Amino acid sequence: MEKDQDKILSDVTTGEYKYGFYSDIEMDRIPKGLSEEVVRIISAKKNEPQWLLDFRLKSYRHWLTMKMPTWPNLKIAPINYQEIIFYAAPKERKNTGSIDDIDPELKRTFDKLGIPLQEQKHLAGVAVDAVIDSVSVKTTFKETLAEMGIIFCSFSDAVKEYPDLVKRYMGSVVPYTDNFFATLNSAVFSDGSFCYIPKGIRCPMELSTYFRINSANTGQFERTLLIADEESYVSYLEGCTAPSRDENQLHAAIVEIVAEKNAEVKYSTVQNWYPGDKEGRGGVFNFVTKRGMCKGESSKISWTQIETGSAITWKYPSCILRGDNSTGEFYSVAVTNNYQQADTGTKMTHIGKNTKSTIVSKGISAGHGQNSYRGLVKVLKNASNARNYSQCDSLLLGDKCGAHTFPYLEVDNSTAIVEHEATTSKIGEDQIFYCNQRGISTEDAIGLIVNGYAREVINKLPMEFAVEAQKLLQISLEGSVG
Amino acid sequence: MLIINNLKASIGGKSILKGISLDVKPGEIHAIMGPNGSGKSTLAAVLAGREFVEITEGTVTYLGKNLLEMAPEDRAKEGIFLGFQYPIEIPGVSMVNFMKTAVNEHRKHKGLDPLSASDFLKMMRDKKELVEIDSKLANRSVNEGYSGGEKKKNEIFQMAMLEPKLAILDETDSGLDIDALRIVANGVNKLKRPDNSFIVITHYQRLLDYIVPDVVHVLYDGRIVKTAGKELALELEEKGYDWIKKEIENNAAS
Repeated sequence: MEKDQDKILSDVTTGEYKYGFYSDIEMDRIPKGLSEEVVRIISAKKNEPQWLLDFRLKSYRHWLTMKMPTWPNLKIAPINYQEIIFYAAPKERKNTGSIDDIDPELKRTFDKLGIPLQEQKHLAGVAVDAVIDSVSVKTTFKETLAEMGIIFCSFSDAVKEYPDLVKRYMGSVVPYTDNFFATLNSAVFSDGSFCYIPKGIRCPMELSTYFRINSANTGQFERTLLIADEESYVSYLEGCTAPSRDENQLHAAIVEIVAEKNAEVKYSTVQNWYPGDKEGRGGVFNFVTKRGMCKGESSKISWTQIETGSAITWKYPSCILRGDNSTGEFYSVAVTNNYQQADTGTKMTHIGKNTKSTIVSKGISAGHGQNSYRGLVKVLKNASNARNYSQCDSLLLGDKCGAHTFPYLEVDNSTAIVEHEATTSKIGEDQIFYCNQRGISTEDAIGLIVNGYAREVINKLPMEFAVEAQKLLQISLEGSVG
Repeated sequence: MLIINNLKASIGGKSILKGISLDVKPGEIHAIMGPNGSGKSTLAAVLAGREFVEITEGTVTYLGKNLLEMAPEDRAKEGIFLGFQYPIEIPGVSMVNFMKTAVNEHRKHKGLDPLSASDFLKMMRDKKELVEIDSKLANRSVNEGYSGGEKKKNEIFQMAMLEPKLAILDETDSGLDIDALRIVANGVNKLKRPDNSFIVITHYQRLLDYIVPDVVHVLYDGRIVKTAGKELALELEEKGYDWIKKEIENNAAS
């Protein structure tokens, strides 16, 4: 019996990250290191207009004056920016926009990841923008969406085709001076997705971006800009994976969302970057700035994140509730297993009247994982009748992991109602035994209990991805109880 | 079905079971009665495979196999069901999902394909009816926010779903009002077949008004001190456990 258990454990401790493969694709890489010259090269590679190069240079010069913040509850190995390759792209073939122009190896890569670049029927409800290393390789359903006036394309294409929209909104939510990694991104960002939903349109399908890091020693700096015009609705999902490597890889992205009057944006993330190995070697540094602006009245932005990957996750998807009666939501499940660390949460800034925000954060720590929730609820002077509800739960598996909660409140309006609830629990032996007694193995019992714990958040995901997320939770915790 | 031979067990170094022997045959209902602290629940825990009980001596043979070597989930899949004295809450896990996982694990063990969603829901409906359980319970999280009586009825429902060969009910009657008691007992009576067996652990005779046992054992201080037919339960009800205690002391003295 004991042998069986050992076998099960060793099975799940060897090949558990199933996206760790590397694809041999012909790549165009620039030399490693960061300088003004590198910024210029990136801009030139993308044939960018002068205004965008100026934006990059301004950002780069500002970045040189900044220092990496030290306040998070994270242990981060020093990052040598001269050892990172800031641009890597699959070698371009003839570009006619047809699927046949794409390197077959690249197509195989995305097939292997379960992201078909063909507009296949089984993913008919989802339009995908596929980004590998520094560039977007294919956006599906572009034409179908265009018929409704919806723009969904790579950021680079948007710069060329919709420069006015990009100029107007880029940096309006996350300014280039915002923070160390956002400023770095503003200087060297390569590609990402751009989306515009016109007035009065309900986007008929899920939009999604799939990010893949492939090349070694390469940083990924993508930028996503999502604009929902008045009375529109869109549900957007991003997924991410990377090969297993012994070095840490930096991923410093920016996501900006603008919701105009009565618009609603649902933004979901299933983050599964390579988490490093059992001893904590390698893995992605996921240092991302995500922020949405509820610009118009009665607008709504909802963040849902399932964070299972990355060696270190450091991000706070936030909402600026500027429009009166606007709503911000944040639903999060963050898993840290082995030596993973997470310092994540949200910021809800109430500016408009009658603004509402909801925060539901579920941390799961296993192995030596350290999981911190950090959240700020800020109610400004004129935000009368602001309402916030925060709930932060932590679940511990084993006795070597940690859970921490850092809630911050800044309330400058006496009519505000702000509630905070926090719980910490351990998976009980009793719960596991109860499942065992009904014929359910310990591994499956943990999966069941954890998914039950996270259900409130998983339920917020689009149907197609909820099942995937459940499986992912189970896989990332396999072997965590020995 | 189940043969226990001179079983001795302790918890945290303290000896609790001091040599128990028991032979349960297919189709039989055995009642195990005894005062608090006599080792009734420990016996149930040993049979289900709880790790905190340390077995120091003796054997347990279930359907010809050494039960003590089997993992708890394998015992369950081989047909052992424990009705918990204190059923555990699992927040966020729906009864449907929980039972579906359990039923399909049992089916896999028997080499059967998983049930389709519609077949499974039909099975849930049928079993709910059989054990007279409010259908709303099935849509809630496992035991979460259930009253004491609801939790016990839910145990009987799970028993009906899993169709065990040997069901051990650990003080399922404690804390039940008379209606709930009747539902629990009816459940057992309806599920009784010539090829399955029950061990009903109880402190009071009350439950045995509804479930008629073939054999009644009295457990006292880690030993079975008396075994007889169903009339023993009535005698206990009348005379109380002190009567047994006295008899043992007298025997020891003589």
